Parts: sequence; structure tokens; C-alpha cells
Amino acid sequence: MSCELTQRFVPGYLDGELDLVCTIEMETHLKSCAACARELENQKALRDALRRGSLAYATPTALRDRIQSSLRASTGTKAFEPARAWYPLQIWRWAAAFAVLAVCGVTAWQLVPGLHAPSSNQRIAAEVFASHVRSLEANHLMDVASTDQHTVKPWFDGKLDFSPPVEDVATEGYPLVGGRLDYLEGREVAALVYQRRKHFINVFVWPDPGGVSAARAIESSRGYNLMRWSQGGFQFWAATDASAPDLADFVRLLESRISPEKK
Amino acid sequence: MPETARRERFEQTVLPHLDAAYNLARWLTRNDQYAQDVTQEACLRAFRFFDGYQGGNMRAWLLAIVRNTCYTWLHQNRAPGSAEVFDEEIHSAEFSGSADPEIQVLASADRETLRRALKELPDIFREVLILREIEGMSYKEIAEVASVSLGTVMSRLARARTRLRHSLGAALGKES
Repeated sequence: MSCELTQRFVPGYLDGELDLVCTIEMETHLKSCAACARELENQKALRDALRRGSLAYATPTALRDRIQSSLRASTGTKAFEPARAWYPLQIWRWAAAFAVLAVCGVTAWQLVPGLHAPSSNQRIAAEVFASHVRSLEANHLMDVASTDQHTVKPWFDGKLDFSPPVEDVATEGYPLVGGRLDYLEGREVAALVYQRRKHFINVFVWPDPGGVSAARAIESSRGYNLMRWSQGGFQFWAATDASAPDLADFVRLLESRISPEKK
Repeated sequence: MPETARRERFEQTVLPHLDAAYNLARWLTRNDQYAQDVTQEACLRAFRFFDGYQGGNMRAWLLAIVRNTCYTWLHQNRAPGSAEVFDEEIHSAEFSGSADPEIQVLASADRETLRRALKELPDIFREVLILREIEGMSYKEIAEVASVSLGTVMSRLARARTRLRHSLGAALGKES
């Protein structure tokens, strides 16, 4: 391979883009030719400088947003307008986007009163039930294992935007065994784990401002028992495979411990 | 709603390459605001052509659209007279005056010096270097973006590197 050819192939060699035969020829030539070896070193130094230089320009955040909203606005629009012609049209697109949002808002608002309706109770019951079963099956009952309420309660600080009431009812036969984070109703909730003999009781807690309702059993299924109540600004759901009377007893105990002042 | 599904698919498959798109537009237009306008226009074009996309390299496909949009924009917006007339053959002649810098000199080049030197390169040389060294594209991908042959990619890269080295040598030589 002549030096003239080598010079032409140095970039390809450097970029690892030569075929095997060319690569071998280049390597042989480079060993015996100081000028070509120097050329390669030089190109390598330039490449390294370019790569080291962090030369890429970062995409402005506003651009990403702008593109996404113009994509949304153009969905359904077939005609092509050049960039500069978009601006007057954009008012209408924003107006359209706003109208869509407004409709969604109204729909959501109409759904809100339904949150406390029996149908939503059924939905939550299904979620609580699934969550309880999952916590036992997946061997993920606890994130924090402790029988001490003063260990479990602070553990939730910083993990949740509320501080769940954690009561100790061990002397009555329901020792606290730990807590974990869970996900219900589209939000993070506290799950407190108590034990009744060999059975676990999951108590799910999340804020329910102003909500007050006495404990009542929710239709049990497949041997599991569910109860829900609201007090002290929180909504509670207890799920267990312990017996219904045991659960009712446990819930009554908890209710009496959690005074409305404790928020 | 198929239109919405199409848009979602587009957002998932194409928008991850937005950084590469903006970076190329930024280097070709050499101006942030222009680059933003061009990138937006290119993305909307890509969205319209999305049905015609036959699979393959998504990034190269998008960057080819960005590149075309850039050149259309440059063609329309460069003031007459300042238009960058470029003839590869004329410009390919080696620089005779400036010295080939030492490796140590290249290694000392800081970001601003590198950016300035890159900006002064003709578009067709600048783009291959950006695609190769910043985006890390293969010759095949670069060939796809710039719609040229593999051989052209290699020779353009070689010339681009030589020119950049010389202008860096001149810039850094002056500084020291």
C-alpha cells in the first residue's frame, strides 16, 4: 500500500470503517512508515479533542414542549405550513387545546362527587384486596420491619406527603410488624402490617380531609375480610385473612386509639 | 382515534432523537433561534412523512429531514452575496501557509476554540464532522443523512479533518 493510498484510508482506519483486508494492509504499512503513523496520531488527537470538547448543543426545554404541543395541535391537519406561518394560527390551536382541556376538566369535576359513592368503594375494595394478596404472595409484606410504632411512623416521613397514624395494639393481641409503601387510588398510601396469630392484617391509610364514617365491612371474597372507615382526616382500609369477628375487634381497637385530633 | 395513536407512536419513536436533531440544526444554522424553528419544522415534516417511514434507522431518517430543512432554510435566508458558494474541487486544495499543529497543540484546544473553528468550516464539512464525532454515526448512517456515497463520506471527513486541523493550528498558534 502506497503512502498516497494510506493517507486516503487513514480516516476510515481511524473510524474502524475499513474492511478486513484494508485494515490488515494499513496495519502493516503503519508499522513501517513513520509519516503515516504520525498522520494517524494527528487525526486521533483531533478526534479526541472533538469528543472531549462536549460540543453538542443541549436542546432547549421550551423547544421540546413547543414541538409536542404543535404535534398535538396538528394532529388531523394535513396541510403543511412553513414555520413562520404557524404563529398566527397558533392562537387558534391554543384555543382548541384549551377547549379540550376545559371539557376534560368538566368531565373530571363531574366524576368527583362519585368518589365517595358505593361504586368507588367497590373499586377501592378490589384494589385493596389485590394489594393485600400481592403483599403476601410476592413476599413483599414490609419495607420496614419493626414492632415499634416509633420506628414505623418516622419511616414514612419523606416517603409520603402525609404522616399516617400508627397505633400499637399489641397488648390486645394484634402486634404491629411493620409498614410499607403501597399504591392505591392512583396515589401512594401507607400500608401498616399487623398480625393476628398466624394471619396478617394490612391497614391501608391515606388522607381523606373531613371524611368521617363508621367502620363497616365490605363484601368479603375468597376468605378475605375487608373493612373501611374514615376518621381524623384519614381513610382506612383493613384487609386480612383473619376471621371477620377478629377484624371487627381489631378495627374497633384502632378506631378508639386514633383520636380525631391526631392528624 | 388512529390520529392520536399515530402521534403517540411518533412521539415515542422519533422524539428520543430530538437532541440529535436540534444539535445538527444548531450547527448548520449557527444560531439558536433559527435552529429551534428549523427543528420544529423538521419534526412536523417528519410527522407528515411518518407513514412513509419504512423502518430502518430512525435517527438517520430524522436527521436527513432536519438536514434538508436546514439547507432549504439556509438557501432562503442567507443574504445574497454572502451565500456560501462551495466547490469541493477548488476548496480541496491543501492549505499551504499554515503549519500542521503538533499533537500537544490539538490536545490543548478548548471548547470555544473548537466551536469557533468548526463554525468556520463549510457546511458540508461541518456536518460530516458533527455527525461522526458528536453523534457517533457510522459512515453508512452519515451517507444516509447526507444522501451521498460511502466514498464521499470518507473523503469529506478526511478533508474536513485536515481543514479543521489547520485552522486550529493557526488559531492556537496565534494564542500561544
